[in-house]
This record gives sequence, structure tokens and C-alpha cells, in this order.
Amino acid sequence: MKKQWLTFLLIPAVFLLACFLPFSSWRFGGPIKEALLMLQEYAREHFLLCLVPAFFIAGGISVFVNQQAVIKYFGASANKVLAYSVAAVSGTILAVCSCTVLPLFSGIYRRGAGIGPATAFLYSGPAINVLAIILTARVLGMELGVARAAGAAVFSVVIGLAMHFIFLKEEREKAKTAAAFAAGAEEEDRPLWRNGLYFASMVGILVFANWSGAARGEGGIWEFIFRIKWVLTGIFLASLVGILIAWFKKDELKEWAVCTWTFARQILPLLFIGVLVAGVLLGRPGHEGLIPSSWVANLVGGNSLFANLFASVAGALTYFATLTEVPILQGLIGAGMGRGPALALLLAGPALSLPNMLVIRSVMGTKKTLVFIALVVSMATVSGYIFGSVWG
Amino acid sequence: MKIEVLGMGCPKCRQTKENIQAALAELGREAELAEVKSLKEIAGYGVMMTPAVVIDGEVKLSGKVPGVEAVKSLLEAE
Repeated sequence: MKKQWLTFLLIPAVFLLACFLPFSSWRFGGPIKEALLMLQEYAREHFLLCLVPAFFIAGGISVFVNQQAVIKYFGASANKVLAYSVAAVSGTILAVCSCTVLPLFSGIYRRGAGIGPATAFLYSGPAINVLAIILTARVLGMELGVARAAGAAVFSVVIGLAMHFIFLKEEREKAKTAAAFAAGAEEEDRPLWRNGLYFASMVGILVFANWSGAARGEGGIWEFIFRIKWVLTGIFLASLVGILIAWFKKDELKEWAVCTWTFARQILPLLFIGVLVAGVLLGRPGHEGLIPSSWVANLVGGNSLFANLFASVAGALTYFATLTEVPILQGLIGAGMGRGPALALLLAGPALSLPNMLVIRSVMGTKKTLVFIALVVSMATVSGYIFGSVWG
Repeated sequence: MKIEVLGMGCPKCRQTKENIQAALAELGREAELAEVKSLKEIAGYGVMMTPAVVIDGEVKLSGKVPGVEAVKSLLEAE
């Protein structure tokens, strides 16, 4: 019965849209073309050399990195300095699938190291997602990619510590009665250095295949590497194949392939839609979409505190499916958004969204959730402002 | 035998459920299969990483999607 109501509402909605959208004017034809051209750009420039290797890396991390070993650092009796440091960066290892962030956060908060490391992880997990960092660096430039990763790591510790001290009395009470959590059995592993080389070879392929020739004509080592980039990529590819043959069993490879495929299957359709939406609404850099660039430039252009704040808050409320923040930001920057506000959005966006805030609230309670949100938004605003001033 | 799949609704959790169903079918066994989606309940089991599989109240594995063979070995041990 519910389905019928949906259709009943949908039909007039589509009818009205079909009637009144100004299809015949150039203004509207443009955005559709922009959407398709943006999609083409992603397909031609980012898919094979960046997204595909990135998914293999994410799959590799998910399957081969001993996650239980990392979780040990979040125990109630674990060294606090380690707990915070690990929380800040372990998002790359533990939060490859965004749905693991919430149960893990809940576990660390309730039964583990407490609110500090828990919120540090809650913030950095989605923000330091390995796929997102790779695509950000590729599409939006190395500076934003690095700033995003560094910002996420540093501010997760700051936010975690802030939460810990703001709620210090409560934390002390809890620590007395905390039940330890089941860290789970550690798995048999191949030696760390072998795993290290395996990942290094994949990263090598990713880095050199994407080595940009932007500094052409300037000479120096950058350009030299650019000229031999395919040789370097080939060397890393050959090492990867060698490593796989020598150190990996067949069903491990199968597990890796399946995991990679699962990520791709889950994330690519949403990225596809994200690119189209970004194209329609904002257009490619230098072109117009449905939303006039002047609106974007007015709201989030330049590097004013307001622009950064607006971007932070908008990012915090909006839900971004993994990776979709990249084409949307690409469109926004192209339409006039300043780089400072762009970073602000990157730092506040992935970590928070309205639905996500509600779940966090069910774990921590309204008061702590509001403090957390306030901390994230202010950190994002400040980092954006600083980044915009120095690198904008 | 009661089997619970702990997860908040992402594809990995659905895949886990499907693998369990396949394993049950291959072994010719029956079991009550339930999904636990509420974060509170998942946390209540002390589980940190989803998807997780709980058999008769005991957490048997967590953090990865178990292949059909892995589920079968779990079931055979029950």
C-alpha cells in the first residue's frame, strides 16, 4: 500500500517537472551537457589510473592488514598517547568501509579507551578514508589532498583531547567501572615486511602512473621523473606481480579480488551519480551549471571567516556518499569557491551528516554530540581559514 | 540454533547473511536467522567491527565477511 502512495506522489511530481522545467532554453541544456562532460572527464582521466588501483589498495588493506592488532590500542588499559595517535590514522586501515566506523566508535567509547580516542577515531575515520584521500589528491590537487589528510589526523587528536577534558569528571567515573572489550583473536599473518612491500608496490604504481607533467619545462627532478614515469610504473607493476606469485596463496588473491570488487560495486554507482549531479548543478571548472557561479562565489568564495564557516556547516549537515565529495567540490571550486572553504568542507563533510549525527547521539547523548559537532565545525572553519590564507 | 548477523545494513552484512543461507542450504541444516541492525544491540555484544556472526548468543567472528566455506566450518562445530 505504501508503494502505491509513493507512486501516487511521484507521478504528479514528475509531471510538474516535465511541464515546467525550461528544457528549451540554453540555460538548462548546458548543465546536462556539463554533467556528461564531467562524467567523461572522470572516465577518461581518473578511472583507470587512479580509481582502479585505489580500489585494489583499499581491498588489500581490508583483507590483509591485521585489524585486531590495531584494535588492541583502543583498550581501556592501553597507553593513552598511543591510543590517540592510532585513532588519528587508523581510519585508513579500519574504516575502509564507512559502516564500520559507528560500531567501532561505540566499542571504543563504551568499553575501551574512552571518549577521547573514541571521538578522535569517529572524526578521522571517515575523513582519512584511503580512497577519498587518493581521489582528492588526484582531482583537487596534491595540496588539498595532503591538507585533508593532515588536517583530519591532527584535528582528530585535538577534538578527542578536547572532548576528554570537557567531560573529564564523567570520564574518570567511567574508567573505574569500565568493562574490557573482547579484542578478538589475532590472526596468523605473513611477515610485516612482506605486507609492507606488497602495499608499497601498489602505492608505487598509483603514484607514478599519475605523475603529472604540469611542471614541464621547468626541468629538475620532477620533470625527469615525469619522463620516465611509465618505466617506473612498469617496474612497480612487475614487482607487484612477483610479490603476488611468491608470497600470496590463491584463495588469498581471490579474497582480495572479491573485496576490491565489493568496494567498487558499492561505491562506483554513487560516484557516478555524484559526478552527474555535480555537473548538472555546478558545471565543470570554467563552465556554468544550474546554480549560477555568482551565488557560489558570494557564499563561499574568497577566504572570509563567513565563507569557511558556511562551508563547514553545510558540509557537516550534508550526507556525502564515499568519494562523492570530490566531484561536488571540484564543481564548487570551479564555480568560485575559495580553497580555504573547500578544505573546510572536506574536513567537516565526510565525518558528519544529519543521519549520522542522530546515530552518534544514540551512543553519546545529545550534549556530547552537540559539543562534538561544534568542535568539528570550528576546527574545520579555522583550518580552512589558515589553509586559504597560506595556500589559497 | 539461532544465528544472528550483526550489521547496520551495508552490503557486507547482506553478503554475510547470504553466505550463511548458502552454507545452511549446502549442509542441509536449518537455523533461525536474524539480523541485528540496532547499534545499541550490536554494541551490547561487545562487537567492535561489523559484520559479525553470533550463534546461540556467542560471537563467533567479527570484522570480515565470512566465505561460505568459513560459515560451514563454524556450523559444523556447533
